[in-house]
Amino acid sequence: MAKLPKGGLSRFVAWVNGEEVVDDLKHGHHKEKKTKAKYLPHLTMEQRLLGYRILGVLICSIFVLILLATVSKLPTFGSPNNPASNEVVERYIESGIEETGAINLVAGMILDYRAFDTFGESNVLFLAVISVVMLLKRDRNNFDEDDEKILNEDIDLDDEDDNIILKRFTMIIFPLITLYGVYVILNGHLSPGGGFSGGAIIGAGLILFDTAFGQSAVRKFFNFKRFTYISVGCLLTYCACKSYSFFTGANHLENIIPKGIPGNILSGGLILPLNICVGLIVACTMYGFYALFTRGEI
Amino acid sequence: MSINWIHNFPFFSIFLAMLGGILTALLNDGKKALRLNQLITLIVAILSLCLLLNVTANNESFTFMMGHFPAPWGNELRAGPLEALMAFVFSILMFLTVTGGQREIFSDVVSDKVKYFFIMINLIFGSILALIYTNDVFTAYVFIEINTIASCAVVMAKGHGRSIIASIHYLIMSSLGSGLFLIGLCLLYDITGHLLMPNIQEQLILLSRSGEYALPLTVVCGLVFIGLAIKSALFPFHTMLPNAYDNSTSAGAGILSGLVLKSYIILILKFIFQVFSLEVIQALKIENVLFVFGIVGMIMGSIYAFREVRIKKMLAYSSVAQIGYIFMGFGIGNMAGFTASCFHILAHAATKTLLFVSAGSLIETNGGKTGIRDLQGAGRLNPFAGVAYSVGALSMVGIPLFAGFASKYYFALSAAGGKLQLSIVLTALAVSMILNAIYFIPTVISIWSKPEGEIKPKAEPTFSFKCVCVAFMMINFILGIFFQPIIAVIEQGLRLLG
Amino acid sequence: MEHLMHNYYEAAAVILFGIGFMNLLLQSNLIKKFIGLNIMDTAVYLFLAAKGFIYGRVAPIVTSGEAVIERFVNPVPSGLVLTGIVVSVSVTAFSLALIIRLYKVYHTFDMDEIMKLAREEEKREY
Repeated sequence: MAKLPKGGLSRFVAWVNGEEVVDDLKHGHHKEKKTKAKYLPHLTMEQRLLGYRILGVLICSIFVLILLATVSKLPTFGSPNNPASNEVVERYIESGIEETGAINLVAGMILDYRAFDTFGESNVLFLAVISVVMLLKRDRNNFDEDDEKILNEDIDLDDEDDNIILKRFTMIIFPLITLYGVYVILNGHLSPGGGFSGGAIIGAGLILFDTAFGQSAVRKFFNFKRFTYISVGCLLTYCACKSYSFFTGANHLENIIPKGIPGNILSGGLILPLNICVGLIVACTMYGFYALFTRGEI
Repeated sequence: MSINWIHNFPFFSIFLAMLGGILTALLNDGKKALRLNQLITLIVAILSLCLLLNVTANNESFTFMMGHFPAPWGNELRAGPLEALMAFVFSILMFLTVTGGQREIFSDVVSDKVKYFFIMINLIFGSILALIYTNDVFTAYVFIEINTIASCAVVMAKGHGRSIIASIHYLIMSSLGSGLFLIGLCLLYDITGHLLMPNIQEQLILLSRSGEYALPLTVVCGLVFIGLAIKSALFPFHTMLPNAYDNSTSAGAGILSGLVLKSYIILILKFIFQVFSLEVIQALKIENVLFVFGIVGMIMGSIYAFREVRIKKMLAYSSVAQIGYIFMGFGIGNMAGFTASCFHILAHAATKTLLFVSAGSLIETNGGKTGIRDLQGAGRLNPFAGVAYSVGALSMVGIPLFAGFASKYYFALSAAGGKLQLSIVLTALAVSMILNAIYFIPTVISIWSKPEGEIKPKAEPTFSFKCVCVAFMMINFILGIFFQPIIAVIEQGLRLLG
Repeated sequence: MEHLMHNYYEAAAVILFGIGFMNLLLQSNLIKKFIGLNIMDTAVYLFLAAKGFIYGRVAPIVTSGEAVIERFVNPVPSGLVLTGIVVSVSVTAFSLALIIRLYKVYHTFDMDEIMKLAREEEKREY
């Protein structure tokens, strides 16, 4: 930053070159004045912050009041004559079982009628886990010797602890949790549940196992390579199934996937495989988040 | 049963891009990820070109059923000349930006995480295509969220403290916008009962004529437009941009500024034409609000830009000003105004990506410092990037023969609604043209002036970078000289959209 | 006013939305900001869940009897909520990962302090 004479032309030249102009005394005075605000200079910093807070709360209260006024004009809660009960809902409920084969009409809706949204949603989950991997997986930017020392100390402390109650109990409960999760996934189209809830249950079971036995035990059957293969494989299967469904549907081609008898597990066309794919992706993602947040690697 | 293959192209484009993102996770090398990304953008560009030629020749805009059920029971995509043109131009620009900025990506992002960066780029591309082609508002919300998370991940790719701050600031502002959009959607579903755009439009026309649910309709309009305006960085909501573009890679900044912001604006356009029809919008006087914010954004963006000493921040504020132009065009309210705005979307996307890629190369030539003063003489050491940057700057200012001039000319032509509007528009255009010149010309002078200090080595740009610069400049000249056929396609597209 | 009392689920959802929005915008502690985001999203799910309900009807799972529209509530909002919850979880996970990285570099959760430290760092580089 060069010190330049106060002539107008040289200031312009300096500004064109992107240099900051530092005058001697005058700029020093300017710098002092700059810390005082232009508006209402007699208020202190705390008073100014308080003023901002009050203004913010006021604006948000006005926003809430506008929304409350809107709610008072909306259709009545619980009435069967809402605009939302129209021919869309009629077809979903009355023809849902024949057209999708699923007894759980919500599952039929999200995996058949509006499957593109669910595809986008699976991608959001995949994207979130990839971005957390980008941020938290150990690399030269975010992991140094201090972190390594703390991590090793934690692992040693964990190994020292016996934790008999936790370990024995987990050995009994973990298979039951996994079984329950598998049940919820497979019955997604017949009863409340589905891929997302079942996957979350299995993920929770994996987290419990990790807490009781340590990451090295989980690594024996689930490491980063397998995590990537399972996630990508399931997402690709989902993509393939749905592409087939969209392609045959839009071009009015025959859909050869059988719908089965409603009420059986093997029914609903592609809904069962899609539920399984989604369940596996969610289970991997839940465990992946836990592992990355605690240790920085899966 | 004969299959109309061309009608399947929008579906193929979206799925190819998403598939590219998923497959990149299996690759173990950054270079292969780059090649896959380039291949996918090129294929989508070719598909979009075929689609564009087909729909303009047949003068049609078709809907594509996603599944076995038509609207309103299933999802749908909709494609017409305007959507195909946008998809084509965006895919070409994405290809050029990623190819031109690859050196910085490979040097600044940690090497085993480069492939994750390309997953993000692929998913941004897929969600931009989905937002262009969608016919359903909830699908738009899901893909907006994909866009948000992937953009924040691109911003923080470099991994140092300041880029993470920029990313979190970007995420907070984007989440505010998405939250408002979501509650607007829910209220819209409540009063109309539909999620597909044509069906919502029918119901809204009935509601607006009968006067039922008048207050909820106004509030829904406000929430949806404010939410999308926050996400596309209209004037008072622009604070997330400068830090984000300053601290990300040049290719990332180019894609975010040139393509991602535009996808939200295209969604606003679709909402104006296909959800709230022009009738309802004019009854609620929304276009006056957009007009005022557009003009204020144009002037204030330029004023902030000329106080900046760092080149990427200056380009960020310049984006804010250009987005103001587009909203002013929406606010003018007639078809000519919308046409001018759409042309400006293309012109700005082409110019901003050019500016960011060439600025990135100039910064690298002069040792990595981003101040304007530090770029002195960079043009002489790196002539390809210097000429490209100069072409971009002249286009932004609005010199004839460049892309920026054609869009400013059309903005002036479209302001035919009364003396007051005409005078405001012309004054604002003139003032902002002068302001643009004031902050762009000094940077151009600076890069071509004699370098002071020690002699730096001449830059060795790769052959692909030289081709990318030439291609960008050619696109700029094509948009600037042959704008008539492009304007005709846009007009045809807007007529079929409404 | 009494219509507001009748639509009390939607009213509560909208008030929670406003509280969440205010937190996301005004809080300076990063973790509290993202708790505000979660409150905002959860309020939207409450709103959607209330939208689907119709007095006297059950959940849309046809275990026995006929599938007629008079027996079941509206299934569409439930599907929207399912998608929304997954999106909200993803954004929260991403934001918490960003906060952890920020804490490692700047050792504080306060957004204003972090911006101040970052500005000083920038000034030192120039």
